[in-house]
Amino acid sequence: MSFEDWYRQDRLPHIYCAGCGNGTIINCTLAAIDQMGWKKEETVFVSGIGCSSRAPGYILTDSLHTTHGRALAFATGVKLGNPDLNVVVFTGDGDLAAIGGNHFIHACRRNINLTVVCMNNQIYGMTGGQGSPTTPKGCLSSTTPYGCAEIPFDLCELAIAAGANYVSRWTSYHVKELEKAIKVGFETPGFSFIEALVQCPTAFGRRNKFRQVADHVEYLRSHSLLKAKYDRMVQQGEQIPEDMYVVGELMRRSRPALGVKP
Amino acid sequence: MASKLPKKGGVFIQMEDEIASMASIIGASWTGARAMTATSGPGFSLMMENIGFAAMTETPCVVVNVQRGGPSTGQPTMSAQGDMMQARFGSHGDYAIIALCPATVQEMYELTAKAFNLADKYRVPVFLMADETVGHMREKIVIPDKVERIERKPLAPGALPFKADADLVPGFGQFGKGHHVHVTGLTHDERGYPSATNPQLHAALVQRLVDKIENARHEMADYDVINPGASQVFIAYGGPVRTVQQVMHDRKDKDIGSLRIRTVWPFPEKALAEFKNAKAFFVPEMNLGQIAREIERHVKVPVVSIPKLGGELHTPAELIAVLEAHR
Repeated sequence: MSFEDWYRQDRLPHIYCAGCGNGTIINCTLAAIDQMGWKKEETVFVSGIGCSSRAPGYILTDSLHTTHGRALAFATGVKLGNPDLNVVVFTGDGDLAAIGGNHFIHACRRNINLTVVCMNNQIYGMTGGQGSPTTPKGCLSSTTPYGCAEIPFDLCELAIAAGANYVSRWTSYHVKELEKAIKVGFETPGFSFIEALVQCPTAFGRRNKFRQVADHVEYLRSHSLLKAKYDRMVQQGEQIPEDMYVVGELMRRSRPALGVKP
Repeated sequence: MASKLPKKGGVFIQMEDEIASMASIIGASWTGARAMTATSGPGFSLMMENIGFAAMTETPCVVVNVQRGGPSTGQPTMSAQGDMMQARFGSHGDYAIIALCPATVQEMYELTAKAFNLADKYRVPVFLMADETVGHMREKIVIPDKVERIERKPLAPGALPFKADADLVPGFGQFGKGHHVHVTGLTHDERGYPSATNPQLHAALVQRLVDKIENARHEMADYDVINPGASQVFIAYGGPVRTVQQVMHDRKDKDIGSLRIRTVWPFPEKALAEFKNAKAFFVPEMNLGQIAREIERHVKVPVVSIPKLGGELHTPAELIAVLEAHR
């Protein structure tokens, strides 16, 4: 499958660092769109600020690259202005969970008919590797030189609690699973949230002893705990290790949604 | 609006905060909708970053600011005009906007319609800078059968989405029409592509954003002149216009003139030249002289600022006292 005609060839080369996981996530999203059969003129990408938010600029559709944290508020206006448009939001952990946290919970609460793909690299990659709300405890960043002392956000739990209809988490290792999850997100009316943990060799891996890009991807793979296994472990009263990420479909429901055409 | 818009095929949404309100109207505007939001000082402050985004991305939108006493929470239900400079310069960087000031309920109506037309014509945020005096006022108004409507100039097929025409305004590449337009707050070239490190390109873009508004200031200027031969001239906008009208009515003195400005930004300085015999301009404002300072840089005669803080309009006696003191 080729997505070449969905990319703005005249914008290359892109700004992503060698080994960045964001390209994988963009490809998975475009693959899911391809399966949906969406047309370019009926698809709009919206983003805020950060590495992830540069993605819409490389895709050949209408796109809105907005202010830091506000992508969901802009996207809400786009969707309500023209509900015929398929609106996809690319965001990151800093954009969505820190400066944009308020818009995130309210977009979930309204259950507005958007699909949000969050590239969670667990750090502010673009601005110099500052710790983000998802930087794991103990991890090094330019603002946590002695190890992050704060508890990270679980973005999926947040989305579920706030009312999103579809919530799923995968990593840049789980390409096929991620692609399928994004497609299910597209198909589910209401707010769909797909978190994709990604490696960031420049800002995160470099500081946290991932000498090779593959080491970081392998870490994401080996620290992923399938939802089914997680459920079984919980049922059997087993201890869930703190550094594991539950991956898989975490919520699918059909609460009333905003911006859905009757 | 919450009750009326849905019945007219429109959409109303109460966003979680003013940052989101400003963001959502920009998003809606790119789908071709005419979009507006309304607020007061603190909300206006919150909107500033996205107002800059609208200016940079040339997004037509309308914001009503019913000004109250500030700074901070200040006087939530008292009158002020303290946000006039914020309206012009509040977001970071150089840019230009349009600000209209109504003095009557009729003007609240007319200038709202005008604001949308100017926003669409010049692709810029337009502010309706009301004040609490006008905002809470009840007056009889006349609603015409037909309201003039200026549509956005559409993007010609194949044209670059941020390449301006002779009027310095590019055609509007509405979302969902196959234009594949990329809209970014980053410094961008005529294709809309980020080009943030090109000094000449940035300078040319920002200069055009300012010029497209400033160069058109006399074309869009909206003001009334009374007694152009007068030596003492009041200049007012918004609420204080009413006090000046009372003074003019009481005095019936041909030597007292008045300039009532509805388009405060961009400032129509040619209006000042209509008062050929003016020996002094008197500027009552519900702030510490924000527009008086703008007037000062355009004229050679003294500009007497008549500031009033506290939330109440000037009284006619207060204005007359200042006139007398300068006789």
